[in-house]
Amino acid sequence: MDTNSYLDMELLRFSTAGSVDDGKSTLIGRLLYDSKSIFQDQYEAIEESSKRKGDETVNLALLTDGLRAEREQGITIDVAYRYFATPKRKFIIADTPGHIQYTRNMVTGSSTSNLSIILVDARHGVVEQTCRHTFISSLLGIPHVVFCINKMDLVDYSEEVFDKIKTDLEAFSSKLNVKDIHFVPMSALNGDNVVNKSENMNWYQGSTLMYLLENIHIGSDYNHIDCRFPVQYVIRPKSEKYPDYRGYAGRIAGGVFKPGDEVAVLPSGFTSKIKTIDVMGGSLEEAYAPMSVALTLEDDIDVSRGDMIVRENNQPTVEQDIDVMICWLNDKKMVSRGKYAIKHTSNDVRCIIKEVKYKINVNNLHRIEDDKEVTMNDIARIAVRTTKPLLYDKYSRNRTTGSLILIDEATNETVGAGMII
Amino acid sequence: MKSYSLTHLQELESEAIYVLREVASQFENPALLFSGGKDSIIVAHIARKAFFPGKIPFPLVHVDTGHNFFETIEFRDKYIKDIGANLIVGSVQQSIDEGKVVEEKGFNASRNSLQTVTLLETIEDHKFDCAMGGARRDEEKARAKERFFSHRDDFGQWDPKNQRPELWNIFNGLKNMGEHFRVFPISNWTEMDVWQYILHEKIDIPSIYLAHERDIFVRDGVIMSSCDFIEQRETEPTFRKKVRFRTIGDATCTGAVESDADSIEKIIEEVAAARTTERGTRSDDKRSEAAMEDRKKAGYF
Repeated sequence: MDTNSYLDMELLRFSTAGSVDDGKSTLIGRLLYDSKSIFQDQYEAIEESSKRKGDETVNLALLTDGLRAEREQGITIDVAYRYFATPKRKFIIADTPGHIQYTRNMVTGSSTSNLSIILVDARHGVVEQTCRHTFISSLLGIPHVVFCINKMDLVDYSEEVFDKIKTDLEAFSSKLNVKDIHFVPMSALNGDNVVNKSENMNWYQGSTLMYLLENIHIGSDYNHIDCRFPVQYVIRPKSEKYPDYRGYAGRIAGGVFKPGDEVAVLPSGFTSKIKTIDVMGGSLEEAYAPMSVALTLEDDIDVSRGDMIVRENNQPTVEQDIDVMICWLNDKKMVSRGKYAIKHTSNDVRCIIKEVKYKINVNNLHRIEDDKEVTMNDIARIAVRTTKPLLYDKYSRNRTTGSLILIDEATNETVGAGMII
Repeated sequence: MKSYSLTHLQELESEAIYVLREVASQFENPALLFSGGKDSIIVAHIARKAFFPGKIPFPLVHVDTGHNFFETIEFRDKYIKDIGANLIVGSVQQSIDEGKVVEEKGFNASRNSLQTVTLLETIEDHKFDCAMGGARRDEEKARAKERFFSHRDDFGQWDPKNQRPELWNIFNGLKNMGEHFRVFPISNWTEMDVWQYILHEKIDIPSIYLAHERDIFVRDGVIMSSCDFIEQRETEPTFRKKVRFRTIGDATCTGAVESDADSIEKIIEEVAAARTTERGTRSDDKRSEAAMEDRKKAGYF
């Protein structure tokens, strides 16, 4: 790989969810192995462990089970991050367990992903777990979903089996908000259609998984329409060279900013123009998500952390009564009428839970209206009232300005992941 | 339509800048752990970018085992002077002299594990509520599950089974008195990313990363630098070879690789073709399959 091509690579973050025996670890091991991302010492270490456990072949799944407890129990209990690169892209895998008691881990792993890989065992077809993973991908706004119909070798590489599962998945997905869906028949164990095209399934004219990972268009995954700049930190050097410099530092959450743009600072509503967009070593002609920059304004107005700089004619919602889809992350259940701290963009506020509207059965999407107790791994629609207005967009419109976390004020633990509706 | 996209290095840099600014905003007294190794140099470089044209708004802290490669210390002092940062040194030698830790004896003696005590003491002495470092998730499998914001209890311990969930880019740095955080701004970088970034940004690094002639000996298949801190066995003769270091830790446990890579470009070619992980030369990880996890639970970086 030469130096220049490496500097041109894009970054794709994807998540995988699966349980012990659906071949997820094998698939990741296969991706790493066939893309030559496994080092000799890693390979030797798992070869050694496989032998010790009495496995006949090298168990690629051992590559992904990081913590001692997991190695002992043979399960994945947390989100693990893996990295590999091909000449086209660099990949970050958020590898999460698939059981229902790990819904929160799936939500966590999905929160930063552009793409989700959902494994379906060809022998069993669409099962509860498939629906759950698809729903969570949709809920977390992951733009691309790839269904990997795995273990095709165990159903004689049958086209009918694949077509039936594909039809079922299309029917289920039509109820959800997933923009871009793909289906790949494969055998992760043997490597069919993972990196290399399968010779056992000539009826399949589509792409291999690796081809999709390398080529799916991700340039439009960020919102480049609504300008949103949550102010994170104010840079005031007060040095000899920069006595009066005031730079508003932050990471652009949406839209394209240019010098000269007329902007409003929320919540005050004061207006000004962008003077410069600064980074170390110079100023930029334009900046867009997810760049980290510092903005300077033409006018000397009071701006601090938690404020948001937006275009005058395109503003976010400013509201104290907010409906949120929440995934509960803590073993202490949610207290109805309880008070929690909220972190939303660079803002800290408090809130009270006003009402649990309904919970969702993540296996079949049915609303549960007779049981409103929100416990760990539950997903529920709730209404909250905040101590001061939030500056937000709907999660479906912007994953940064539409997301928040709830924090237990007694323990400081992150207890809820919220998507604003 | 114009395509608004970033390269992966730009995206990783932006993420790291974001994390550093969160630390400066959420903590009262943060510090950046700086060993003079390439990963901590990268974090320091990105910290300069994050707060430009202001200075880095926190001190750099070096936990000094006293068993350093002198090139690293020379580099450290020059670098600190050039960027005008504030350096605090925590000394393992001092912890030994004060009887807080006992030095290992014998051929494989290393001060690596003693660093933990000195690190926790330095954090306590200076009342740091956050210590940032250049650890990366791709280095070792226990680190693959580490958070960007990693909570430590009042004994400085890490509990891998009870980590705070971390969603989107919302970082929760809230804590009780006496607790602190470790924060890892370049969590998502790989060794390859680090070298590419060093090349792209023309970042200075200690000379021992580049191939050079050195007196070495071989122990358990690892090339070690022949120096005052390590007792060589009679069966371990000294050679002179062209080598370089892929990581820089304590001199007693960091091995070299034979290499002709005397420029960053050549190192990148070498990394691309490498067949072992960079920590493969670290004897501290080889003590057991879960060596890193055990040390991290105790408060190791």
